[in-house]
Amino acid sequence: MSAGATAGERRVEPGRAPLVALSGVEKVYGKGESQVYALAGADLRIDNGEFVAIMGPSGSGKSTCMNIVGCLDQPTSGSYRFRGVEVGTLSRDELALLRRHYLGFVFQGFNLLARTSAVENVELPLVYRRVAAGERRRLALAALAAVGLEGREKHTPAELSGGQQQRVAIARAIVTNPSILLADEPTGNLDSARSVALMELLVALNRTRGITIVMVTHEPDMAAYSTRTVVFRDGKVASDGPTSRRAGAGHAP
Amino acid sequence: MLWTTLVMAFREIRRNALRSFLTTLGIVIGVGAVIAMVTLGQGATIKVTGDVAKMGNNLLTVSPGSERRGAVSVAATMFTLDDANAIRRDVSSVRFVAPTASRATSMVYANRNYTATVTGSINAYLDVRGYALDRGRIFSETEQRVGMPVCVLGETVRKELFGAEEALDATIRVGKLACRVVGVFASKGQSTFGFDQDDFVLMPLATFQRRIAGTTDVGAIFVSARDEGSTVKAKRQIEALMRERRRIALGAAPDFAVRDMKEISDTLATITRALTALLGAVAAVSLLVGGIGIMNIMLVSVTERTREIGIRMAIGARAHEVLLQFVVEAIVLSVLGGLLGMGLGLAGSFAVARLVGLPFVLMPEVVLLAFAFSAAVGIAFGIFPARKASRLNPIEALRHE
Repeated sequence: MSAGATAGERRVEPGRAPLVALSGVEKVYGKGESQVYALAGADLRIDNGEFVAIMGPSGSGKSTCMNIVGCLDQPTSGSYRFRGVEVGTLSRDELALLRRHYLGFVFQGFNLLARTSAVENVELPLVYRRVAAGERRRLALAALAAVGLEGREKHTPAELSGGQQQRVAIARAIVTNPSILLADEPTGNLDSARSVALMELLVALNRTRGITIVMVTHEPDMAAYSTRTVVFRDGKVASDGPTSRRAGAGHAP
Repeated sequence: MLWTTLVMAFREIRRNALRSFLTTLGIVIGVGAVIAMVTLGQGATIKVTGDVAKMGNNLLTVSPGSERRGAVSVAATMFTLDDANAIRRDVSSVRFVAPTASRATSMVYANRNYTATVTGSINAYLDVRGYALDRGRIFSETEQRVGMPVCVLGETVRKELFGAEEALDATIRVGKLACRVVGVFASKGQSTFGFDQDDFVLMPLATFQRRIAGTTDVGAIFVSARDEGSTVKAKRQIEALMRERRRIALGAAPDFAVRDMKEISDTLATITRALTALLGAVAAVSLLVGGIGIMNIMLVSVTERTREIGIRMAIGARAHEVLLQFVVEAIVLSVLGGLLGMGLGLAGSFAVARLVGLPFVLMPEVVLLAFAFSAAVGIAFGIFPARKASRLNPIEALRHE
């Protein structure tokens, strides 16, 4: 790899710049009459160590925001700085390198490779990071242990329950020690008992490892586990503040 | 990275073992067919040239032609022993001369009856035509001069008349002539033209002329030139000599023909080579079709695995890494097919060569070429689906059902 000035290698001192800084971000789909503003001037700043829940009705722009924060998509206008780097002008490959080095994803639909064992799924991001096979296996096993899946390393997704599959996905997301973990409706396909267990796992990862977590959800019960809640409406941030603790909801502090 | 990609490709292929096998079948058959066709074709060429050489590469056949008189063609005058002697005496570039006369005759031994060609000639016949004795002896001077009733049997005739019995020193009846068997030829097998070269009986020319034919005609004169290089010269000299002896006017068409085995062997080699090229080309087309089969399945695979591609991209795979993955998969598929086809083609052509009695000629350059071509097919037909995969939008790919 001749790194050169690729985004992945353009390291910015953490602490100075905010981890994520969106200002006036617009995302427009379609042209002319049929133009749709998925984001219409969104401002958002996320710092290291936060656990942010993003909420809002469907069509409010929360998923689009998530894709932009996750460097899967780029804003039509406005500025998105990730660790101080302007993402809007990066090439596809530079975006890929950003994702490779700093981001971890967890999806509603788990998105594991079918007919592939848990440990091989977890190893996948390390393959693209050129980690040697032995080290890869060691890190993957450690990540699986961290999400409580010892003894299931050789199971394929079909042999695991939904909650276990999502844990494998989380292990895959954290195996690279990312700056930020993006979770898109991570409990959407899980029953409530498994959802609670999963949220507790995320809270633990946030607290013990200091992994920044941004989670899109429409369930207030799940959002209650976060430390900050951002609500989107009509492509803009409608409210942003510390998560209110409702009685009986969530976890013991 | 390449190694890991290779490992991933193998894993993917194993995961879909049956489909991978069916996909690669086109390449297997293509490579197998190319190798089998070219190998067998080469064997046939070598067999043909070898057979003609066995007949004697420097063999010339002098035979009377037919003359046109108005609407009817009349057989030209036969040669005589004197013509043969003249060739031996006057043509410098000639080594052996064997005047022959032959006729299909029925022959009897005990209660067995068989009809074969009886050829009268002199001992030089063996040298000219490349026959060797299996056992017994050839004719003595006296036998040839006096025309004694002795004969040497071709292997086919011996088998027909004697079966497991001993033929040497037995007496058979050839036509009306009681004839002692003094030798048996070693088998030469089928000729290139498909006739049995062991299906004849040889006796001294004098015996044949006096006791079988009742004429002094010589049907054909076989001549072997001193070496391969002198056949053209010998041919020209014999033509000149025979025109003179048969008093053919300058510029008139001769009533005889001098044929050259070298010519025939070259023609045959050219034909078999052309046939080999043709069959090889047809087989190469099937290789191309096999490549299209791989492209088809790779395209299906890209669609099927859209979500997987999305996951890989989300995790940080760059476009060229996705491209590499799919191209490597296509190459591994077609190379596996190529290896399988290579084995199949070689084994198949070996078996067929054994079965039909052709020499098995291993041609490493053709095997390598077919194999390299199969790998090239993998690249050529893998690149389009792979590009398609690498250009997917990660968000849409992730949403793909």
